Amino acid sequence: MTEPATKTMNMIEAINSALDVMLAKDPEVVIMGEDVGYFGGVFRATAGLQKKHGKTRVFDTPISECGIIGVGVGMAAYGLRPVPEIQFADYIYPGLDQLVSEAARMRYRSANDFICPMTVRSPFGGGIFGGQTHSQSPESLFTHVCGIKTVIPATPYDAKGLLIAAIEDNDPVVFFEPKRIYNGPFSGYYDRPVEPWSKHDGSAVPEGYYRIDLGKAAVVREGQAVTVLTYGTMVHVVKAVVAEHGIDAEIIDLRTLLPLDIETIEASVKKTGRCMVVHEATRTSGFGAELAAQVQERCFYHLEAPIERVTGFDTPYPHSLEWAYFPGPVRLARAFDKIMKD
Amino acid sequence: MVHGIKDNLAPLHLHVPEPKFRPGDKADFSDIIVPEVDAITRPDEHASPADIHALAYGLVRVLGDDNQAVGSWNPGLDADTLRAMLRKMLLLRAFDDRMFRAQRQGKTSFYMKSFGEEATSVATTMALHSDDMCFPSYRQQGILITRDYPLVDMMNQIYSNSGDRLKGRQLPIMYSAKDYGFFSISGNLTTQYPQAVGWAMASASRADTRISAVWCGDGSTAEGDFHSALTFAAVYNAPVIFQVVNNQWAISSFSGFAGSERTTFAARAIGYGIAGLRVDGNDALAVFAAMQWAANRARTNGGPTLIEYFTYRGEGHSTSDDPGAYRAAEEYALWPLGDPVTRLKDHLIAIGAWSDEQHEALILELSDFVKASQKEAEQKGILGHGLHHPMETMFEDVFEEMPWHLKEQCEQMLEEQRDKFGPEWEAR
Ligand SMILES: Cc1ncc(C[n+]2csc(CCOP(=O)(O)OP(=O)(O)O)c2C)c(N)n1
Ligand SMILES: [Mg+2]
Repeated sequence: MTEPATKTMNMIEAINSALDVMLAKDPEVVIMGEDVGYFGGVFRATAGLQKKHGKTRVFDTPISECGIIGVGVGMAAYGLRPVPEIQFADYIYPGLDQLVSEAARMRYRSANDFICPMTVRSPFGGGIFGGQTHSQSPESLFTHVCGIKTVIPATPYDAKGLLIAAIEDNDPVVFFEPKRIYNGPFSGYYDRPVEPWSKHDGSAVPEGYYRIDLGKAAVVREGQAVTVLTYGTMVHVVKAVVAEHGIDAEIIDLRTLLPLDIETIEASVKKTGRCMVVHEATRTSGFGAELAAQVQERCFYHLEAPIERVTGFDTPYPHSLEWAYFPGPVRLARAFDKIMKD
Repeated sequence: MVHGIKDNLAPLHLHVPEPKFRPGDKADFSDIIVPEVDAITRPDEHASPADIHALAYGLVRVLGDDNQAVGSWNPGLDADTLRAMLRKMLLLRAFDDRMFRAQRQGKTSFYMKSFGEEATSVATTMALHSDDMCFPSYRQQGILITRDYPLVDMMNQIYSNSGDRLKGRQLPIMYSAKDYGFFSISGNLTTQYPQAVGWAMASASRADTRISAVWCGDGSTAEGDFHSALTFAAVYNAPVIFQVVNNQWAISSFSGFAGSERTTFAARAIGYGIAGLRVDGNDALAVFAAMQWAANRARTNGGPTLIEYFTYRGEGHSTSDDPGAYRAAEEYALWPLGDPVTRLKDHLIAIGAWSDEQHEALILELSDFVKASQKEAEQKGILGHGLHHPMETMFEDVFEEMPWHLKEQCEQMLEEQRDKFGPEWEAR
C-alpha cells in the first residue's frame, strides 16, 4: 500500500479540507454560519465549499448565534450532523442557552431518544490586537457543562484529524480554533515575523480522510524535568521557551480538554515530579484549575514542587496592552525558574 | 435522504436566499421602487400604529429629483441649519478617510467607515435634543461628530494612545462618551437594543423628559436582543426610537439573510404594535424629519417607533474586508438613491444657499482640520509604539475596588516588565 497523499497546509486549509472530506463522505453533514457560504467565512475556513457541495449543504445564516445553535439542535434531532460556525468565540454567548440547556443535555434528558451530534466550530484566543471582543478564550465555560466535549487543536494535522473525529462523534463538540496560529505557529515573540506552517511540523496533512480520536493528548516533546500541560497557541509558545532556555520539559498538548487524557498526564507527572499548566485564558476558574486539581489528586506523592499555573490575567482582554497581558516568554521563563528551584 | 418520503407527496425543498448580483455581474437596481415624495403624507405624531402600516412599506422622502425640499415631511430647516448638517457630514467623511488611511499605514489595528450612510448618524442626531441618550452600533461615529466631541479624542481612542479616554482597552472606534449622551459601544451586535429600552423605561419611570435612540444594522436585526427590545418597548410604551440602518450588507451577507426578501425592516414594528417608518436614508432631510416625528412622539408619551433607513454601505465592512470578493463592483455608483452628501449639497445649491466653490473650499478646510487633529493626536502615540497608558491601568476598573488577586497579578506583571526591559524600565 502506498502512503496517502499529503499536502502542506496551514491550519485554515486543514480545517477546510476536513470539512470538505466530511461533506463528501457523509450526506448528513451540513455547514452553516455567518458569512460561511459564498464568501467562505471571514477566516476563509469554508472557502469553496458551497460551490462544491451546494447551497443546502453549506449556507449563510442570519446573524443570530442563538438561532444558529438552536437550528443545529433541531437539525440534529432530524438526523443531520450540523457543523455550525460561530464567527468568533466571543460571539458564542447569545447561543449559550441552546448549547448548555439543550444540546448538552439532549441525550440525558431524553434517555437517548434524541441526540445532538453537532460540532460548533469557532476561532478563539488572542494575540491579534482584536480587543476584548475578538480575543477571548472561553473554553472553561464549556468544560464546566456536562455533556459537551471540548476540543482545541494546535497544528494543521491535528486540526483536520480532530475535526473529522468531532464531526463523527455522536455528542455535541465545541471545537475552538486558535486563530493566532491559523497561518503559522507563534513563538510568543510578537515582534518577530510569523513563520508559515510550511516550515513546521504538523503541516504535512493527508488530503483524504483520517481521524485523531478525541480524548487523546499528544506528547509533543519528551522530557524528564517537568511536565507542561497546555493546548492551542500556547503549545508553540511553550516549545519556543523550552528550546530557548534548554529546559528538559515534557510538553503535553491536551488536544481534547474534555474528556481529558488523564492517563498520559498522570504517567508524565509521575515521571517528572513537576507540573506546570499553561493557558491563555483568564486564571480564576480557568481550565488550569481543573488540571491542577486532577494532578494533585492523582500525583500528590510524586510532586517535588507546587503545581505552577501560567495564564492570562483576570481582566478583560486589553487592546493596547495585549503583550503585557498575554502569557508570553517572560511569564513562562519566570514560572520555569520557580518550579525548577523548588 | 429518504426518511419519511411518501410516494404521493412532492418533496419539500430548502430555500437559501441569494443576492441578485455577485462579483462580475452588472448591478441593476431598476426593481427598487422609489416612490414619489409625499406618496404617503406625514401623519399626526400621535397616530395609532394600526393606522400607519403603509409607512412601514413606503419610503419617506423630502428631496425630489429637482433637488428641492417638498411635501408634508419637509422639516423646513433654514439655510444655516442645512449648511451645518452638510458640514458635519463632510467632516465625518474626511475623518473616516483619514483614519482608514491611518490603519493602512500601520498606525492602528482596525477601522470602520460610514461612507454613504452619513445622514443616518448626523441628521438623526440633529433632530434629537443634545441630552437625549444615544445607543449606537459601531458605525455611528457621526453622532459624536455632530455633538462636537473632540476629533482628537476620537483619534486618541483609535490609536489606543496615552491620551485615550478609554485607556487603550477597547478596539478602535468602540468609543464611550457619557457626557455627550453616547453609550459605550459593544463589539457584540445588538446588545444595545434592550439597553436603550431600559434607559428609556428608567427615564419614563422618573418622570424625566429625555428619550433614548438606538441604532443597529440590517443584519443585526436577526439577533434575539432586537426582538426582546421591541417587546419590552411595546409592553412599557417606552420613549425609545429604534433605528435600523439598512445598508444592504452585513459583511458578505446581503439583507435577505435578515429577512428582507419578504418584507421591510420597518414592518417588524407592525407585529409589535408600534409605529414603523421606512425612510430614504440618503435623503438627509427625510432622515431628519422621520427622527423628529419619532422624537416628538416619544417625548409626548406616544411610545416607541422603529425607523428603517434604506441606504447602502458604500465601502467595505471594515479594514479587514474586501467587498470585491462578494458583491458587484459598481453597486454604489448605481444605487438609485444617490449619495447623501451630494444630495444635500445639490439641495443647498438649488435653493441658492451654496456653491461648488464653497463646497470645495469647505472640503479643504475640513481636511486640514482633520490633518491638524491627527498630528495632535499622534503626539500622544500610535498603537504599538510605546506611548500608552501605564501598564498598571490594565487591572483598574475591573471592579470599583481592586481585589487581592488583581493586585497580585498587577505586581507580577510589573516584575515581568522589569525582567523584560531591565531596570531602566523602572525609571520610565
Ligand atoms: C454577536 C455578534 N455576532 C457576530 C458578530 C460579527 N459581526 C460584526 S459586524 C457583523 C455584520 C453586521 O451587519 P449589520 O448589522 O448589517 O451592520 P453593518 O456592518 O452593515 O453596519 C458581524 C456578523 C458580532 N460582532 N457580534
Ligand atoms: Mg448592514
